[in-house]
Amino acid sequence: MKVNILAFGITKDIFGSSSVAIDLANDATISNLKYLLEQEYPKLKQLATYMVAANNEYALDGDTIHERDEIAIIPPVSGG
Amino acid sequence: MNTQIKLSVSTLNINDCVDWVMSPEVGGIDVFIGTVRNITKGRSVLRLEFEAYEKMAVKEMEKIALQAFDKWPVQKILIHHRTGVLQVGEIPVIIAVSAAHRDAAFEACRYIIDTLKQTVPIWKKEFFEDGEVWVAAHP
Repeated sequence: MKVNILAFGITKDIFGSSSVAIDLANDATISNLKYLLEQEYPKLKQLATYMVAANNEYALDGDTIHERDEIAIIPPVSGG
Repeated sequence: MNTQIKLSVSTLNINDCVDWVMSPEVGGIDVFIGTVRNITKGRSVLRLEFEAYEKMAVKEMEKIALQAFDKWPVQKILIHHRTGVLQVGEIPVIIAVSAAHRDAAFEACRYIIDTLKQTVPIWKKEFFEDGEVWVAAHP
């Protein structure tokens, strides 16, 4: 399945775009996605940390991704 | 409604925020106003830019407000946050909390700003004379 990944802040700079499409296996997890993204964009590994959100909620590494999920990469936040 | 959460591209108004949390039952209002500082680690800051993952940011701010209502007897909670470019001295965030008694208002207000800085998907870029940096991105 093809999943669209939204990017914000520094991840937008790393991806060179505000979203990228990634090919994932049908039962892929958040940690599978992180691995693939880190292969493609090694600069992700230099971040202090980053999270993945699914449908506007922080997701856990073991969570499964579904085809129509809204997935976003959340680099370290710095609001306020 | 006893909660008002807003992301805004235009100037935040302190008086409007205080007015919104005012009500006859409250005995005190606590307000936190974030401002753009002109220096970071010895470097002069020219301006800041804030970007938000808007839907999720609003959702996370709503969660924080609910948590604060659970923890303290407060009447009303307002959280307004800016997006876009802000100059030195401008206001990126206002948090206003009203309560019957001041302890609850102080503690809830502190909790809200501290938690917002940890969990709400909003990002700040600092612009210096010789470059720009996404705050907190790298260790």
